[in-house]
Amino acid sequence: MDLQAVIESLPRYGEPLLVTIGVTVASAALALVLAFALGLMTGSRHLAVRTPARVFVEFFRGSSVVVQLFWFAFAMPVVLGIQFDYLIAAGIIALGLNYGAYSSEVVRGAIAAVPQGQLEASTALNLTPLQRMRLVVLPQAWPEMIPSLCAFAIMLLKASALVSVIGILDITWLAGLIGKQPGQDRLLHYGVVLVIYFVLAWLIWTGMRALERKAKRGIGIDAKSVKGRLAPTVATGGVH
Amino acid sequence: MRQNEAPREPSGPGPIIEFDRVDKSFGDLMVLDELSFRVDPGERVTLIGPSGSGKTTILRLLMTLEKVTPKADPERDGGVVWLEGKPYSHMEKKGVLVPANEKWLRRRRSRVGMVFQQFNLFPNMRVLRNVTEAQVHVAGRSKEEAEAKARELLELVGLAEKTDEYPSRLSGGQQQRVAIARALAMDPDILLLDEVTSALDPELVADVLAVLRDVAESTSITMLCVTHEMGFARDVSDRVMMFDSGRIVEQGPPDAMFSEPQEARTQDFLRAVLAE
Repeated sequence: MDLQAVIESLPRYGEPLLVTIGVTVASAALALVLAFALGLMTGSRHLAVRTPARVFVEFFRGSSVVVQLFWFAFAMPVVLGIQFDYLIAAGIIALGLNYGAYSSEVVRGAIAAVPQGQLEASTALNLTPLQRMRLVVLPQAWPEMIPSLCAFAIMLLKASALVSVIGILDITWLAGLIGKQPGQDRLLHYGVVLVIYFVLAWLIWTGMRALERKAKRGIGIDAKSVKGRLAPTVATGGVH
Repeated sequence: MRQNEAPREPSGPGPIIEFDRVDKSFGDLMVLDELSFRVDPGERVTLIGPSGSGKTTILRLLMTLEKVTPKADPERDGGVVWLEGKPYSHMEKKGVLVPANEKWLRRRRSRVGMVFQQFNLFPNMRVLRNVTEAQVHVAGRSKEEAEAKARELLELVGLAEKTDEYPSRLSGGQQQRVAIARALAMDPDILLLDEVTSALDPELVADVLAVLRDVAESTSITMLCVTHEMGFARDVSDRVMMFDSGRIVEQGPPDAMFSEPQEARTQDFLRAVLAE
């Protein structure tokens, strides 16, 4: 019985599942840090700050993740003499850089969307640019970023399957391996993986929703009663 | 030298604000054209005129939200805003006036506060923190000191019981009164009021104007006010300046300006505004 064989082999998913989760969480953390750094830099009014960040973002957005994975895993040790003790580090870095570059646009966009009037009020109170960013702009931009960052986190989860191309055993590769063995149904195993990804994505989504509600309460909006953006009674804009 | 004047005593009495032949253009659009005027300490000046006449630009220059259009030789041609006898739009560098850098502006603009048409309260902070934040981070006051001052000012604007609300929970009039408290908390010498009642529902205007009348009576703060509330202008101001196309058409005490304006453009403007 195929189903019986699938159920019996489920414990074998344990370690690869940790790999999938670990790669996703670690590269998401790297991507988040990078997204803020690059998002702030690409939104800078100084050309010398903006240009290198822009080049970095476009390079990583414009080239294949798979090639980047190969590069960090196999080319970099040869070319630069830097070798990772564990290949999984190469996978985390490649995915982190890639998704960091993508999500930096979310950060930049949300920062740029903070109304001009908020910046003018900050100037009128003589806040420094750094204080303005920390106290006024980021707290308002952050809730706006969460839904898009959530979408990228889920894409990153799914993209973590690509680490199998550099020889890291995650759940996708394992399903293929077990599925080939006698007495196993490959399609059923891929079905199992499908469900695992869905559950993980749902967990990310749920967590992000909670984070978004919390962030919106922090700007005086009850996300349960007010759907969408700032309540219309808040006049934060103002062009003269 | 500027306009055949004697050099100013650094700390002596004199105008708190002086515009000396200031130009301001946005691209091809000339908004202020060789504009000169002075404001004395403690004086309340109302700026009136049709939209696009440059009134708001004057306030925005004073708040350093805009920069004057630089002139090649400020010593000879002016184009400089002076504050408390010292250059403001410009700074002295090796004995000549050059456009001010951010460091200079940061040091000087602390004397000026502004209330905006759209309130611009920080939606991520509750009312109390809106009023304390700059006191703590800019003026360097302790949290306790800043909160005491904020509560006192929120009392003055009649919102003592709203300290823990987010701005989004307040009416426009309440938000604007918080904004007034926020500006006053920094102890400015000059308060700029940019059409502060224009975005409010008519029934909320009176409360905000009452607060401003209070401020005018109880302090000696210099006020520059762009408004269409002629009753308020008449009650509060020492001088009314009528602008058109970036120039002063005429100016004088409110009684004279409102009852017997000399210039046709002022007469037309007042007729149009008062007919509303």
